[in-house]
Amino acid sequence: MGGVRVLVGTRKGAFVLTSDERRQNWQVCGPYFAGWEIYHVKASPVNPDRIYASQLNSWFGQIVQRSDDGGKTWAPVGNKFVYDGVAGTHQWYDGTPHPWEFKRVWHLEPSPVCADTVYAGVEDAALFRSTDAGATWTEMSGLRRHGSGPHWQPGAGGMCLHTIMLEERKPDRIVIAISSAGAFRSDDGGESWKPINKGLVSQHIPDPDAEVGHCVHHIARHPARPEALYMQKHWDVMRSDDAGDHWREVSGNLPTDFGFAIDVHAHEPETIYVAPIKSDQEHFPLGGQLRIYRSRTGGNEWEALTEGLPQENCYVNVLRDAMSVDTLPECGVYFGTTGGQVYCSADSGDHWQAIVRDLPAVLSVEVQTLP
Amino acid sequence: MIRVQLPGHLRLLAGVTGEIAFELEAPATQRSLLDAVELRYPMLQGTIRDYRTGQRRGFLRFFACEQDLSHADPDAPLPPAVADGREPYLIVASVAGG
Repeated sequence: MGGVRVLVGTRKGAFVLTSDERRQNWQVCGPYFAGWEIYHVKASPVNPDRIYASQLNSWFGQIVQRSDDGGKTWAPVGNKFVYDGVAGTHQWYDGTPHPWEFKRVWHLEPSPVCADTVYAGVEDAALFRSTDAGATWTEMSGLRRHGSGPHWQPGAGGMCLHTIMLEERKPDRIVIAISSAGAFRSDDGGESWKPINKGLVSQHIPDPDAEVGHCVHHIARHPARPEALYMQKHWDVMRSDDAGDHWREVSGNLPTDFGFAIDVHAHEPETIYVAPIKSDQEHFPLGGQLRIYRSRTGGNEWEALTEGLPQENCYVNVLRDAMSVDTLPECGVYFGTTGGQVYCSADSGDHWQAIVRDLPAVLSVEVQTLP
Repeated sequence: MIRVQLPGHLRLLAGVTGEIAFELEAPATQRSLLDAVELRYPMLQGTIRDYRTGQRRGFLRFFACEQDLSHADPDAPLPPAVADGREPYLIVASVAGG
């Protein structure tokens, strides 16, 4: 019988949560890599038993772990992330030049067509690729060498490349996003890149509709409709119907359009989810009420989902990689919080239950739907 | 035989328990010792010394014989008591960083 495997990265280790397809009773395994920050854990779509994890701490730096048995055992693979050529500078918070320095891997994106190929989005922002299952990494430096690179600036969390979207049917197309440079797209397999930020308006930069400089928090899309992109920007929820060439705001009736996480229903490409956060100064839900908002119209018209979520005294955050969906017939939606809860809805968001309540702060949630 | 004590996280990564030991050509230095550690345990590359600079990572310290060798010349000979195995070389995670 099939089921789901939820891969959770936290401030102090990784956890694997499993259930059958009813998603009512859960087995919790972990912590793996106890004591380490686990920014992201993600499995290969080609080989579900192959899972990659980004493991780090301030003492020992970056490690990448790989499991080939569905998370039962792990082994470190390559952790040498060296920028191609002279790294150069980007802008520091105060606008002065600052050398590009590798700090950590934020996001690991396994290829949809090759089990040995995996991409890594790192801080300071760059895209790396491994074609030997993580043993060695090569920077795809066309992105960082885009002419705007020296003008990119870090967001509050660092200058991180946090979103990588690959397309099975268009293997040469890659969409990435950087906080706080914006979104970029390559249509030639990563050789060259163009900013795709037209329509974004950000009041925290001198030119609000500049080509780059936007603090994109996350982008999601439905695999059957890859041209339709949904973005949670620092402020504003945005939509593009032409793979990022043009964006329009779809915040609509959201009570606040600041947030980090965004995702799309597995079977309804126009159904999207966000986790609104009060503001960039107050990283918790409005009024202490944890609410996921769902739009069934591709944005603009939103409904609050509250059943099973705390509606008082809740002051957690939902980080950018901490929301995911499964692909079971009744789509499951999942998210983790900085308070250590991982919530699941087995009915597209109508009702929620906490799978676990007291993990370390959750950094990422990915879901595998198992055969 | 030069004895090295790794911090717990690195022992787990390297898959070892207790001390690890190395035979090095004299005069052994911190650099030659750390080179040997990384050669035998490649999964530790980048965790003690930064890949780019080759420098000690900021939140690690190197102690031996009740001395802090963190800022010593990496090519200076190790203290005799470390070189002949009477005292271990300690790689220590500082009380910070996590």
